[in-house]
Amino acid sequence: MLRFTVRRLLQAVPTLFVLSILVFAWLRMLPGGPATALLGDKATPERVAAMNAVLGLDDPIFVQYFRFLGRVLTGDFGSSLITGDPVMEEVSWAFPATLELSAAAMFLAVLFGIPMGYIAARFRGRFLDNATVVTTLVGVAVPVFFLGFLLKYIFTQEMSLLPPSGRQDVLIDATRITGIATLDGLLTGEFDATWDAMLHLILPSVALASIPFAVIVRITRASVLDVQGEDFVRTANSKGLTTQIVRKRHVLRNALLPVSTTIGLQTGLLMSGAVLTEKVFAWGGLGTLLEQAIQQRDYPRLQGLILLFATVFVLVNLLVDISYAIIDPRVRVR
Amino acid sequence: MALLDVRDLSVVFKRKGTRPFTAVDGVSFSVEPGQTVGLVGESGSGKSVTSLAIMGLLPKRGAEISGSVTFEDTELLTLSDKQLRDRRGRDLGMVFQDPLSSLNPVITIGLQITEVLERHRGMSRKEARVEAAELLDRVGLPDPQRRIDEYPHQLSGGMRQRVLIAIALACRPKLLIADEPTTALDVTIQAQILSLLSELVSETDTALIMITHDLGVVAGLCDDVNVMYGGRIVEQAQRHDLFQRSRHPYTHGLLQSIPRLDAPRGEPLTPIRGSVSDNIEWEQGCAFAPRCPNATDVCWSEPPELKADDGRMLRCHNPVAIGDAVTEGAL
Repeated sequence: MLRFTVRRLLQAVPTLFVLSILVFAWLRMLPGGPATALLGDKATPERVAAMNAVLGLDDPIFVQYFRFLGRVLTGDFGSSLITGDPVMEEVSWAFPATLELSAAAMFLAVLFGIPMGYIAARFRGRFLDNATVVTTLVGVAVPVFFLGFLLKYIFTQEMSLLPPSGRQDVLIDATRITGIATLDGLLTGEFDATWDAMLHLILPSVALASIPFAVIVRITRASVLDVQGEDFVRTANSKGLTTQIVRKRHVLRNALLPVSTTIGLQTGLLMSGAVLTEKVFAWGGLGTLLEQAIQQRDYPRLQGLILLFATVFVLVNLLVDISYAIIDPRVRVR
Repeated sequence: MALLDVRDLSVVFKRKGTRPFTAVDGVSFSVEPGQTVGLVGESGSGKSVTSLAIMGLLPKRGAEISGSVTFEDTELLTLSDKQLRDRRGRDLGMVFQDPLSSLNPVITIGLQITEVLERHRGMSRKEARVEAAELLDRVGLPDPQRRIDEYPHQLSGGMRQRVLIAIALACRPKLLIADEPTTALDVTIQAQILSLLSELVSETDTALIMITHDLGVVAGLCDDVNVMYGGRIVEQAQRHDLFQRSRHPYTHGLLQSIPRLDAPRGEPLTPIRGSVSDNIEWEQGCAFAPRCPNATDVCWSEPPELKADDGRMLRCHNPVAIGDAVTEGAL
């Protein structure tokens, strides 16, 4: 298991390396080049040339790349063109917020998705199953922002139960440690801060969870139905094992394999969903940074964000691979 | 007193939008303690469905089972799922056709054996592990102490089948059903597995129902043989009688179609013409009539009954004449 983990970890290195080349090349391919991007379309050729010299763009391309790579490896992603702050600083401020939201959404999706998919499969063709299938279809089809506003309308406007937006009440003066508001409250013992942060977290995470939840339900359902018909389940029944053991040890364990792959892919998609959700709920995470960067052509910041998103994606899939190996011994030997 | 008595067993598969399909049609046979009984027929003859019906492993929805299956005075068909689970694996064991897909790929073979021992023999995990290693040793798996912690994909086909046999025999069942246990294995392994099976059942005095399409297997193993065609038993005889003088044209055809090593080079094989898809309904006449060399008008119009004839049960209007049969020695 340890060898498998280390090998997979090493395999992630070339992936990230190729990725850095792509991001770097993408920046060079911009019409007019980075200097124009920085100075705007109306810049005189002289100023562009001067800027190129300042940025080291006259050097050979590979020299530039290694300079870029060296900076990235030391955590220097340049400074934002909008704020002038180092990108690294901006990101480390916003990242915990997005992490908190995404993790909460994925947690909800898995927590409810797998049992619901399993139940639907067990009651296949009956009312409960049909109801689940229809619900998940709606879950996949409804856009996150629509669901976000709908939830806000119901739980804030009509019922006044939950806060409409933000991460924490402004009146709460919480200490920042990790930047994950719910966790910080626990670490410092400010439980009222945690409670308030959790209330703020409910609506956005539910909205963001809707798609991965629906997908997980459907995959779990299909996978359980598939595994139920397998020969080894018949063998398990022929042994006279109790239905609980047959279901848990023989059906569910095998059925979770495709589900874990799905969770990995959905986590990637979750990050794009987070951008919209953050907008609707004024969450102030990476989504906000990304939106601004795209609107205002803030290339250093965009570059940093893309690298970050991609790294997270690679890491999540690494975790999925490892979980796969834990469930399925056939993967370990390969 | 028979150990297992199957009377008039019928299985009809019903699905919305399709015509009901009768897979097993009034099958009756019995198995004495310690006896080995063969259930022979080609694909689709209903032999596997018969065994699954006995074990109670057919899907609850879509399959309509009628008749009676008595095991030691207990009617199995009316038992609740829970009662059936108490007996399955303990009194009745089953070995399946494909040893790879019949083992759970994500748990160790050790656990797949110990879970039966824990369930039916009330053993602790530890005791069960010791017993499992002994079982693996008994079915001839080399190095059982190491193998017990391996996964099915780490074993060869023959070894996997040995594991399945160990599982089925773990609780010393009184009856073992082997559904084509050697079909997925190569020929040399087939012989090993068959001799292992016959050795184990005679050692423990376990009765065995051997389901196969291979008459060679039957010749080496079975006391009684039931030949099935189109869901019904068409000939039921002792092994010796069957091979000496097969009377049903279908049995006869099966024996004739076995390639012989001593046949002259270039001599054509003798297949049974047509395929199962040519069958007519038993209600109309004899299902085998379209493929039968002896068929006459009566075969197309009147379903034959299973009748005692010449020391056996036979379902045929025009049986093969005595003296026109293949000898057992030819196999």
